[in-house]
This record gives sequence, structure tokens and C-alpha cells, in this order.
Amino acid sequence: MSGHALQSFNDWLPVIFAAVMGLAILAYVILDGFDLGIGILLPLADDGDKDLMVSAIGPFWDANETWLVLGVGVLLVAFPLAHGVILGALYLPVAIMLVGLILRGVSFDFRSKAPEPERPRWNRLFALGSLIAAMAQGYMLGRYVLGFEQSATAYGFAALIALCLPSGYMLLGGTWLILKCEGALQLRAVVWSRRALIGVALGVLLISLATPWVSSRIAEKWFSLPYLFLLMPIPLTTLLVFFITDRSLRRLPERLGKQNAYGDWVPFAASVGIFMLAFYGLAYSVFPFLVIDQIDLWQAASAPESLKVILYGTLFVLPVIVAYSWYTFRVFKGKTGLLHY
Amino acid sequence: MSDIDPTLLHRLQFAANISFHILFPTITISLAWVLLFLKWRFHRTGSEHWMDAYRFWVKVFALSFALGVVSGITMSFQFGTNWPGFMLKVGNVAGPLLAYEVLTAFFLEASFLGIMLFGLSRVGHRIHTVATALVAIGTSLSAFWILALNSWMQTPTGHEMRPDATGQLVAHVVSWSAVIFNPSFPYRMLHMLVASGITSAFLILGISAYRWLQQQRGTDVQVMLRLGAWMAVLLVPTQMLLGDLHGLNTLRHQPAKLAAMEGIWETTNGADAVLLAWPDAKTRSNHYEVAIPNLASFYLTHDWQGEIKGLNDFPDTHPPVAPVFFAFRIMVGMGVLMLLTGLYAFWRWKPWRRLDPARLDQYPKLLRVLAWMSFSGWIATLAGWYVTEIGRQPWLVTGILRTEDARATIPTPMVLSTLLIYLAVYMFLLIAYIGVIRHLARKQTTVAMPTGATS
Repeated sequence: MSGHALQSFNDWLPVIFAAVMGLAILAYVILDGFDLGIGILLPLADDGDKDLMVSAIGPFWDANETWLVLGVGVLLVAFPLAHGVILGALYLPVAIMLVGLILRGVSFDFRSKAPEPERPRWNRLFALGSLIAAMAQGYMLGRYVLGFEQSATAYGFAALIALCLPSGYMLLGGTWLILKCEGALQLRAVVWSRRALIGVALGVLLISLATPWVSSRIAEKWFSLPYLFLLMPIPLTTLLVFFITDRSLRRLPERLGKQNAYGDWVPFAASVGIFMLAFYGLAYSVFPFLVIDQIDLWQAASAPESLKVILYGTLFVLPVIVAYSWYTFRVFKGKTGLLHY
Repeated sequence: MSDIDPTLLHRLQFAANISFHILFPTITISLAWVLLFLKWRFHRTGSEHWMDAYRFWVKVFALSFALGVVSGITMSFQFGTNWPGFMLKVGNVAGPLLAYEVLTAFFLEASFLGIMLFGLSRVGHRIHTVATALVAIGTSLSAFWILALNSWMQTPTGHEMRPDATGQLVAHVVSWSAVIFNPSFPYRMLHMLVASGITSAFLILGISAYRWLQQQRGTDVQVMLRLGAWMAVLLVPTQMLLGDLHGLNTLRHQPAKLAAMEGIWETTNGADAVLLAWPDAKTRSNHYEVAIPNLASFYLTHDWQGEIKGLNDFPDTHPPVAPVFFAFRIMVGMGVLMLLTGLYAFWRWKPWRRLDPARLDQYPKLLRVLAWMSFSGWIATLAGWYVTEIGRQPWLVTGILRTEDARATIPTPMVLSTLLIYLAVYMFLLIAYIGVIRHLARKQTTVAMPTGATS
């Protein structure tokens, strides 16, 4: 591994920060994922349900989005070299994502305060912003997985992933709605989630094929013995979780019809499982590189003294953040009512 | 398009983002504390009008906060997309400061905002007040870290330059306390906090005056007019004193910036205070100058014959003079205007007593002027930031990194197109923001008492 024997604490520092960054990005994708997904689903709902859908994410979206800032922040402060290369290569999609996030974030707030006749316009902007941000993120993922290769195939692949990631977010958003809502909206959310699941399956499949194809090093990591057998549980579990998601989505309407809400949390939990497994697979492939086969963790890292200063703070503060995030989710647990203040 | 200076384009993009961004923290940093005050008054007195005022202003807060968050995220990405050289050179200093901002401040305010806005029916008043306090602490902590970094870029201390693996000199921290509490930090921090207070004071005065003129005459509107008048009268003079101290600090640590602010080209004993002029970088002199002899030396060195270094002593390393010179005058001019209106309102309304609605109606012009001045704090704050940020040029980090050496090598058309997209989005949002606040102010958002019921 790039000649790094991980002998001293200083050698471990970049690994620790890569882990923190990975966790922040994973937390972002899952948490803001369901916000963005609900935004994308908004035009499909009746006007009356729209307020309820927004209420289901109202107290959370701001804190959820903060994980993105932490993820990019760690990349910026711990791996400045990789930060410049990655964000430089993704200059346009980053700008487009930011515009999407800006439109999503503000229309969320404006829609409840603007004059009544303007509300549909802000709803449309909310959906549009969510879709733009999700597609831009998918495009970036596609570019990243192929190591920012400059070929028509690579751009086409990125475009395809740009279509798949919004499905992933719609799955998270839809299953979150199943968890937070009741009645007709809950049933519609089941239908949306089932459709979204197809797009997710396609995306996971494409990325699983593309990563070993782009790098022989990654192919070797997965397909040489004994790793092939040791790693087999990952794709198998992924398949199993897809199956569980699908089955529970098929069964829910019938059970909900009998006023039996048992298992309404399963689709969301299983969707989160899909994202976590996919993320783990990608992280395993890429490690120890930040830019596939070009820049590794140690080449890109800041000075150890600075990393230590951040690490001590992180070790102390991160548990506190997790604790009060958990607290806010608990305050707003249960079915969503209409929010106002 | 090849004749556009790419550094200028990157700077314009960053300037557009930071100018848009700064508008909203400028409001939220202090408005959060105002909300906490309203909540506290409500608990102390039990009078519903404090809660009515809270409910109105928390909406303004939420709007401003949302715009501040989304534009702040844009800024955090722009370090990488537009200024990769910044982190490579001084990342060891800037990195931890930015990381601590996210860890200690950003998460705190974002997490408790949910409870602050939507949680009242779920957690009860006491925890809701705690959530409000945590959001207020979060916004101020955020300002602390960002201003520590910004001040360090202006007056760097506590670091040393060491070669990295490739032989490039890179900043390494020797003393964190010297980095954070660098020479200009205390002045910049206080100046910004008070600027935020003044911005909120005039926003409160302006919007409340507008509501009054729109026949919204609840007790909540009256108490906010009183509160705004108090804030203006206490904070504007404080700011002038702080500004003077900050100026002395700039004279000592950034003499080139000060010379640009004052429009002084030649080093002189007994420099004139230039009130108005047209600084000309070609002839290196001022046209149409109106000045008061020796005054600048007096207020800067407290000696009528004190020496002030001129711009010509800093060949190639002084900032562009005209923007700094004019921005400084706009900031001071705005401050004087705010001082006069604040004092006048204070004198007429006598806010230390309960406000008599009849007294408010006696001075309709004052109410209208205040309504027009709702966003005057923005003009002063922006002008102040231009003074300090353009005044730092050509340095990004004084003496360590030149701005042109930090920028990315992105194709010019790409930078130009994203600049135009950002500008369009920001314009649209600014209009929407002011429009929605105007709508909120016109709407009957509170159960207003019949006029005269309070007297």
C-alpha cells in the first residue's frame, strides 16, 4: 500500500481522517438523501399532501445538510491536495449542485411564508432544486468512479449515474414518508418507492461493474483468491437487502389496509442498508486512494500537527453532535403533523 | 475572452458569493440574541406580546438563516474550486479553524434550529428557550472562528514557514493562541458583532415602522420599536469608538491599507483628512480634493504633526486605492446617517417610557425614513468588508501568499459562466427575500390589540 507500513501514529492520521470523511459523506447521503428525495417526489403529490411532505423533513433538513459541509470540510482541511484536484475536475457539476442546493434550501423556507398564490411556484422550485442537486451529485459520483477519465464513454457513464442517484434518493424519501405519514399519502409513497427501487438496482449494478473495469488494481482486490470468497458476503447481502426491500414494499399496502402498521419501518431501514453496503463496497475499492490510482491518503494529507489539533476536537465534539442530533430526531419522532410556527 | 484577467474573474466570483453571504449572518448573529431576549421577557412578564414579537421575528430569522446556510455552503466549496493555492500554502492554519467552525458552531445552530422553529409544542417553553440560546451561541461561535481566520489572513502571527517535500514554503503553526488572538482579531471581532447589532437594530426599526404605517399596531410592534431605538442609540456610538480603535490597529499593522482608506499618496507629517476626492492611480494624486489640514495625523496618531506613511512607500504592494477610499467613505457616511436617525428617534419617542401610539403618529416622516432604512446596515457592512478585503490586496494572506498565486487554472469561460449563474440566482433570491419580508410585514400575523387599547 504505497509503501506505508502504518508504523507510527502519524501514519495512521490520514486513515483516521479518511474514515471520518467517509462517515460524514455516508451520513450526508442517507440523511439529506431522504430530504432531496422528498423534494423530487413533491410534484407527484396532491396539493394537500405537499405541506405534509415538507413537514416530514422540516425540522431536520438543515442539520442533515451540515454533514456535506463536514465531509467536504475534512477533505479540504485534511487532504488539501486531493481537494483541489477533485473539486477542480468537478468544477461545473459542483457549481450546478450548489445552485440546486441553494434553490432547494431557500424555497423550502420561502414557500411557507410567501403569499398564498405564489406557493405553487416555490413548490416547483423546491422540486427542481432537489432534482438538480441529486443529478449533479450522481454525475460527480460517476466522474469520480472512473477517475475523471476524459472520454465520451466516461461522460456517458456519469450521465447514466446522474439518472440513478435521484432514484436512490426517491427510494429513501419514499420510505421515509412511509415511516412518517399515514393514509393515502403513505400508500402512494409505497408505489413511488417500488418504482425508485428499479433505478437504484441499475445504479448499484453499473457502479459495481465499472469500478473493477476502470482499474486492474480494484479488479484484483475483488476477484483474486482468497478475497473473492472473503468478500462474497457483500454482494450477497446486498442482493438479500434488495429482496427484503422489495418484498416488504409489496406486502405493506395489504397490511396497511387492515390498519396494521407493523413493519412500516422496514423499507426505510432496508434502503439505508442498500446505501451502506454500496458505500462500503466503493470505499473498499478506492482505499487507500482518494483519486483512484492517482493520489493516495498519505500524499494528500496535511501536516500531522494540524491533523492532531483537529482530531482531538473531533473526538470530543463528534459524539456530542451525534447525541444532540439523536435528541432532535427523538423530539420529532412519530407521525408527522402539519408544522407551523 | 482571453483579455479578461482570470484572477479578477475568480475574485469577482468570490466577492459575489461573500457579498451575498455576509448579508444574512450579519442579521442572524444578533437577531438570535434578540429572540432570546424576547423569550426571556416573555418568561419574566408572562405578557403575550413578547411571544407575538418572537413569532414574527423568528420567521425573519428563519428566512435569513436559510439564505446564510446555503450561500455559506457555496463558500466552503469555492476554496477548492477557485482558490486551491490557499489551502496548499496555509492549510495547516486555516484548516483547523474551519474544521472547528463546522464542528462547534455549524452543527449546533443547524440542529437546534429545528427545535427552535418547530419544537415549541413538543418540548415545552423551557427547552425551547434553551434551543434558542444554543442557536444564538452557535451563530456567535461561527463568527468567532471565521473572524479568527480572516484576521489571521490580515495580520498573520503564531506560524513559521517551513519547506515541504517539494521545497515549497508552507505555513506551520507554532502557537495556536497567537494564531487565533492575532493583533487585529479583537478589533475585527467586536467591529463585526456590533455591525450585526446595528444591522438588526435598523431592520427591527424599519420593519416595525413599516408595520405601524400598515396599521399593524399591536403592543408587539411597539415594544420592537422601543427595543430598536435603544439598540441603535447604544450601538452606533460604540461602533464609532471601535472603528477608531480598529483604524489605529490598521495604521500599525497594515499601513498600506490605511493610506488607501485615507487617500494619502506621499508620506507626510501632519497629514490632511481627505473628506472627498477622486484618487487617480495614474498620476498618483487626488483630484478635486476637499480636506481638513492636519486632521488625519491628529486622529490617527493623536499628534497634529504625526507621520503617516503614504502609498508611494509601498510600490507594487498597495491595494487599488479608489475602491478602498470610496467604500470607506460610504461606510462612515452610512454610520453618520444611522447615528442621526437613531438619536432623533430616541429623542422623539423617549423609549425609556411606555410608547404612546399618539407620539409615534406625530412623526410620520420619521417612520417612513426608518422604513426606507430597513436594510441600511447591509450597505455599511458591505462597504466595511470591501475596505478590509480589497484593502488587503495584493495579498491573500499578508506577506505570505499573493492572491494571484492561489487561484485555480479553470478555463476562463467556465468561471465566467458560473459567475453569471450565481449572480442571476443571487439577484432573484435577494428580490424574493425582501419581497417575502415585506409580505410578512403587511400580513396580519399576530392577534393585534385594537388601537388605543394599551393607553
